[in-house]
Amino acid sequence: MSRQIDYRTAIREALAEEIERDPNVFLIGEEVAQYNGAYKVTQGLWAKYGDKRVIDAPISEAGFIGMGVGASMLGLRPVMELMFWSFAYVAFDQMINNAATVRYMSGGLLNCPIVVRGPANGGTNVGATHSHTPENLFANMPGLKVVCPATAYDAKGLMKTAIRDNDPVYVMENTKLYGELWDVPEGEYTIPLGVADVKRTGSDLTLVAHGRAVITCLKAAELLEAEHDIRAEVVDLRSIRPLDEATILESVRKTHRVVVVEENKPFCGVGAQIASMIQEKAFDDLDAPVVRVSAIDAPAIYSPRLEEVQLPRPIDVVNKALSIC
Amino acid sequence: MWLEGEYPVNPQGVCGCALPNPRKWFALGFPFRNYLSNMSATLKNHPSASEEFAQAPINRSLEPADKVRLLRDMLRIRCFEERSLKAYSVGRIGGFLHLYIGQESVAVSAASLMGPNDHMITAYRDHGHALSVGMSMNECMAELYGKVTGCSKGKGGSMHYFAPDKNFWGGHGIVGGQTPLGLGIAFAMKYQGKIGSCMCFLGDGAVNQGPFHESLNIAALWDIPVIYVIENNGYSMGTSQDRSSAYPEFLAKRAEGYNMAWDAFNGWDVYELRAGLHKAIERAHKESKPTIVEIATYRYRGHSVADANHKVYRTKEEIEQYENEFDPISRWKHTLINEGVITEEDYSQLNREALEEAEASAQFAERSEWPPESDIKADVYHEVDHQTESGLTGKHFFND
Repeated sequence: MSRQIDYRTAIREALAEEIERDPNVFLIGEEVAQYNGAYKVTQGLWAKYGDKRVIDAPISEAGFIGMGVGASMLGLRPVMELMFWSFAYVAFDQMINNAATVRYMSGGLLNCPIVVRGPANGGTNVGATHSHTPENLFANMPGLKVVCPATAYDAKGLMKTAIRDNDPVYVMENTKLYGELWDVPEGEYTIPLGVADVKRTGSDLTLVAHGRAVITCLKAAELLEAEHDIRAEVVDLRSIRPLDEATILESVRKTHRVVVVEENKPFCGVGAQIASMIQEKAFDDLDAPVVRVSAIDAPAIYSPRLEEVQLPRPIDVVNKALSIC
Repeated sequence: MWLEGEYPVNPQGVCGCALPNPRKWFALGFPFRNYLSNMSATLKNHPSASEEFAQAPINRSLEPADKVRLLRDMLRIRCFEERSLKAYSVGRIGGFLHLYIGQESVAVSAASLMGPNDHMITAYRDHGHALSVGMSMNECMAELYGKVTGCSKGKGGSMHYFAPDKNFWGGHGIVGGQTPLGLGIAFAMKYQGKIGSCMCFLGDGAVNQGPFHESLNIAALWDIPVIYVIENNGYSMGTSQDRSSAYPEFLAKRAEGYNMAWDAFNGWDVYELRAGLHKAIERAHKESKPTIVEIATYRYRGHSVADANHKVYRTKEEIEQYENEFDPISRWKHTLINEGVITEEDYSQLNREALEEAEASAQFAERSEWPPESDIKADVYHEVDHQTESGLTGKHFFND
């Protein structure tokens, strides 16, 4: 039976269900317990599951995330909340040198079933240090998995899979999506990592995106159809690494035109990887160059009026699409 | 603190300038003044200290065979490392080789105290800890050679030995980076309701890293049974303790800022080490409380074998004094001879066996195969290695 819940509630349900399912699952983060979460994702979980399973951490990301990595080596499944993914940078050594490589350096004797989650987005006028979108940085590291859900349905299913996964999975959410309502079925379901989702079918153009850029693309697709009679297909990557190349290529072979859209910066971004892959594997299917829309290439600006412009808007996607259609 | 009047100011400014003559920096002999003379004062003023420690219950319970095993393990570490140095010098081993020679008593004593729920993790100077917990010379030597028979299949090298089945969690390369991991291992014991601990080793150079302090705060805040063991060998690479750390009498005393217990003792006496570390383990087991332990020890070799300056930033006399007066193997050997546990002949036999084992491990490493190229992309993702459903969806590697 379907019902509508918001993205934050969907994540909360995933966390609660996994806490109940597996005694090794626990949450740690700044303000996740008694404060109920800086963005209320964990609201009510401490009251329900208590001190052992929902733990307030001091402002000490390298310390508590590194602690989670260590605990995960012994089979615990910590789910660590970063209040902002921007704060990952003070825990970088733990998240990369330890979480991503310890399995390799031990010749496979260890694994780290840890989840690090939290919002990674700009667009909320909090300035450059709180607006980073580091999915490309972390996806660059073999050993890590990176997930960027766009909808409540995906957020819940992917979060549950991430927690059950035996490798480190970094889930990047979006504060601007937390309040968005979506159809989410009652009861248990999971979504595999590495499987993209065609959020809208079309025949003239493929829009490839992840995270909130998927929502932007869906709006752009509506505009393209209504105003320009262009039917755009929207491919939501859902997970950056592992990456579902097959679904992207299948769409490209159908539409022959691609715009890759992301809220990240363009240089060495996810879009660069996708564009490179498409030209290499579907060159003969392309009727136009693969083009990209990303954040305007500067640190996130504070000014509300301008930050709106800095991130991709539906109109930016429409204009880029028209340049190749 | 720079040494006023002694530090040669470079007239060209700070960028691109030649290094000042290091001999001028170290001609003062201050590391020894502040370090070894302080730390060894207890021993010199109380020559019977070792006998007192010998009477600690944890040491009285040692059988003669246990005492011999401690000696054997120290000899095995030293012979293993001396053999590895030989292999390194003829190009059989790549990268870094951080030798533990001079510090063997610390890891061996610590490992001898570990129960089923006691764990160990350390930094990159990890050969001694690995052999102490029971890893074989063969797998350790083969790892140095980068062979597939190595403990990490040749994927980790000198700094990355692991044996989870022996409660040994590495072997970590970044200074201080292992300190939150040690916290997490101890946290896992507490979370699982097990009476246990994690001894997390670090050097004196690691005590100024941020994650170490973050870990101390969390350890004390949440009563985590972790024991931070500072193996203070006096130098963070080429920088003496006094030139790298601001501290009250002892580095471990920083624990007081976190309302945490601390202790400091000499590292050249097995009885003292066991008695001191046992107290910290008891605190972890009985009270689930953390401790910082600082152990005065000394490495005879450089920071790594590539550290060609280690006789420049410290004096030859300093190194010789330690070797002559404080060598942990010599001291334990004489203790056991005095106690009538072994004879000189027994010692020679133990040493010979260790040498032979080390030589055999080098031959084993020589004979072993290189890892196949297909190994490069194995052991990256657990789910891929195990061909699970999760490991089969999507692309995990991106070369083509």
